[in-house]
Amino acid sequence: MASVSHHLDVPESQPESSLSGNMYRWVSTVDHKRLGLLYAMAALLFFVIGGTQATLMRMQLAVPNNHLISPAMYNRLFTMHGTTMVFLVGMPLLAGFANYLVPLMIGARDMAFPRLNAFGFWVFLFGGLLLYYSYIGGGALYGSGSAPDVGWFANAPLTENAFSRGTSTDYWSLGILVSGLGSVASAINVIATVFSMRCPGMTLARMPIFVWLMLVDSWMILIALPPLSAAQIMLTLDRHVGARFFDTQAGGSALLWQHFFWIFGHPEVYILIFPAFGTVSEVIPVFSRKPIFGRQAVVAAAVAIGFISTSVWAHHMFAVGLSSVTNTFFAASTLLIAIPTGIKVFNWIATMYGGKLRFEVPMLFCCAFLFQFVVAGLTGVMLGVAPFNFQLHDSYFVVGHFHFTLVGGFIFGMFAGIYYWFPKATGRMLGQQAGRWHFWLFCIGFNLTFLPMHVMGFLGMPRRIYTYAPGRGWEVWNMMASIGVAFQIVGLLFFFYNVIRSLRSGPLAGDDPWDAWTLEWSTTSPPPEYNFETIPVVRSSRPLWDLKHPNDPDWRYG
Amino acid sequence: MAYTASPPLDATTAATEWKPPDRGTVGIASFIVAETALFAIFVAAYLFYLGKSLNGPYPRDVLTVPVTATICLLSSSGTIVMAERALQRHQTGPFRLWWMLTTALAAIFLVMTGMEWWKLIRHDHLTVSTNCFGSTYYGLVGLHASHVIVGLFFLTLVLLVSFRGFPITTQERRIKLLSWYWHFVDAVWVVVFTVVYVIGR
Repeated sequence: MASVSHHLDVPESQPESSLSGNMYRWVSTVDHKRLGLLYAMAALLFFVIGGTQATLMRMQLAVPNNHLISPAMYNRLFTMHGTTMVFLVGMPLLAGFANYLVPLMIGARDMAFPRLNAFGFWVFLFGGLLLYYSYIGGGALYGSGSAPDVGWFANAPLTENAFSRGTSTDYWSLGILVSGLGSVASAINVIATVFSMRCPGMTLARMPIFVWLMLVDSWMILIALPPLSAAQIMLTLDRHVGARFFDTQAGGSALLWQHFFWIFGHPEVYILIFPAFGTVSEVIPVFSRKPIFGRQAVVAAAVAIGFISTSVWAHHMFAVGLSSVTNTFFAASTLLIAIPTGIKVFNWIATMYGGKLRFEVPMLFCCAFLFQFVVAGLTGVMLGVAPFNFQLHDSYFVVGHFHFTLVGGFIFGMFAGIYYWFPKATGRMLGQQAGRWHFWLFCIGFNLTFLPMHVMGFLGMPRRIYTYAPGRGWEVWNMMASIGVAFQIVGLLFFFYNVIRSLRSGPLAGDDPWDAWTLEWSTTSPPPEYNFETIPVVRSSRPLWDLKHPNDPDWRYG
Repeated sequence: MAYTASPPLDATTAATEWKPPDRGTVGIASFIVAETALFAIFVAAYLFYLGKSLNGPYPRDVLTVPVTATICLLSSSGTIVMAERALQRHQTGPFRLWWMLTTALAAIFLVMTGMEWWKLIRHDHLTVSTNCFGSTYYGLVGLHASHVIVGLFFLTLVLLVSFRGFPITTQERRIKLLSWYWHFVDAVWVVVFTVVYVIGR
């Protein structure tokens, strides 16, 4: 791939293509592109694992009074599914996209701290492996569990020694603590890269929106991840040296854990959705053949979300009985955050309006993203209203809501990004036909699975139950949801087939297959290790447009 | 290599005038933001549990204001600035002197924290598991002390390499970043001191 290698310590006798030589290059790499791909590959691996766990749960819930899975195993499944999808799929996918794209988009040759970057990846990976080692090493009392079974939010005092015997909760706590270190390292790196590594002329005002969003995202990670680490440290102290932070019998507070967890947990969902926002903001203009509508508004809205996201956490806790003043504040801030989010949606729609739309696969995913994310946002506003929340808290309505944000929003956005940037990363296009099959099957399956969950919630079905009695009107909706999973799986099989086939024999992409405008498309596909032969100089937010249209460059219009 | 030509620059963005901030500075600033968030949670926990312990000992019974330790730590921020200034003037001798003083002050602070803990554990029987006060006290002060230990490690490292003939005057930038971290540790102590020894008592 690259003609120049930094790895001069590779023995010269080793042939370029030998397996051990390749392994060595991947393991020892500090190149942001390789690390980005490593992040993405690890995330996809964990995605398959987390998806398998979800499939098992849906199989269990397809019919009432099912005994396919024991209650204890069901607890472990939803704990590991949630933890995996948030920390080992969402965070690394985010870091992977940021790593791969940010330097290319701002005309830099690498991240600000390449070795810190490698550290972040390996720490994340081993944090994930530590969590999964619990299946082997995390013995518990009476064989009641190997993997953690305390939920991804791990409410106190359930996690205390008295209620969580054995070591499974420690694997959960330490695995997240360790992989959290990687996330913070990666966020520091992105911020330093964005501020210090931009090519001449790439002012903040001209920066691609994806980069802007990753900057705000990294800021949120800096603010939100350490509180989680602090809470995990306290929990570990509780479990191992007998501290009383969350020990309710010694005056410790279960509520405090919830506050600490959601101080992290709510910004976290914005952290996860931001790379999707960024991707959509890059893909929609290119496939509408228009610059994004209201660039400044998109960026300002992102910054606004970044700020407000730190003050909405207690809307996860309306049902625990906070004071009405607290409830009012957090309900108001939750409704407030819908405004900048809504601004973005209007920006994307206005970008498409009057554009010359090309419905290629990345654009399809973006369109589905728009519909699904609006649904997710609206149910979010509903849940933000405290009295409504009292009725539906801990019901399947909530499950439907956050899967619409994280699957319908985040995962769809990421698939748009994968189809859009795969040609840049590999030099080959992903197949159109298989891509369309993937999109339609996944989209139908997704809606079939998660739309009925809203109805289940209205019908009173609580979260985290391993089975239910017949006769409450839940059967048909549960069956629909489980059938949807089958569609999603077939769609994903198309995706993986598409990736493997395209890597071998996909049509060559060339430098700029989508006729796009940002800097990553100005270098070769895949880019050389040094990214750019000469460091580019930019004069507008669409530098490649300026190069392609020297008679009508953007910078002429200020 | 499709597009290699660069368009002309306007006056405001000429490459010679393009001076983005130093990546180390941005990196350490971001790191400090993250550390602040970490400490904020421990401070919040301390304040939340004030007066909530079900059994003694209570803060007012056992805590004494660590005046000497505080003076040592806060003045070490001054001495490290003096060391930096000496480095700017490329005066290795004064640099070493001020740096040695900084390291010594940090070490004294740490020893005094250790003595305070010794007294609390041996004499007052306050451990991390005694009550909520013990947990949050050792949690918060311990988190700060662990940052002092990390700082002390780097301070000593710089001292060692400078005495072994390493051209320390070439490392002005890194010394500056290290001093930022050290100022942060000091600033956190001001908060911890206020919360634990002023408000908490």
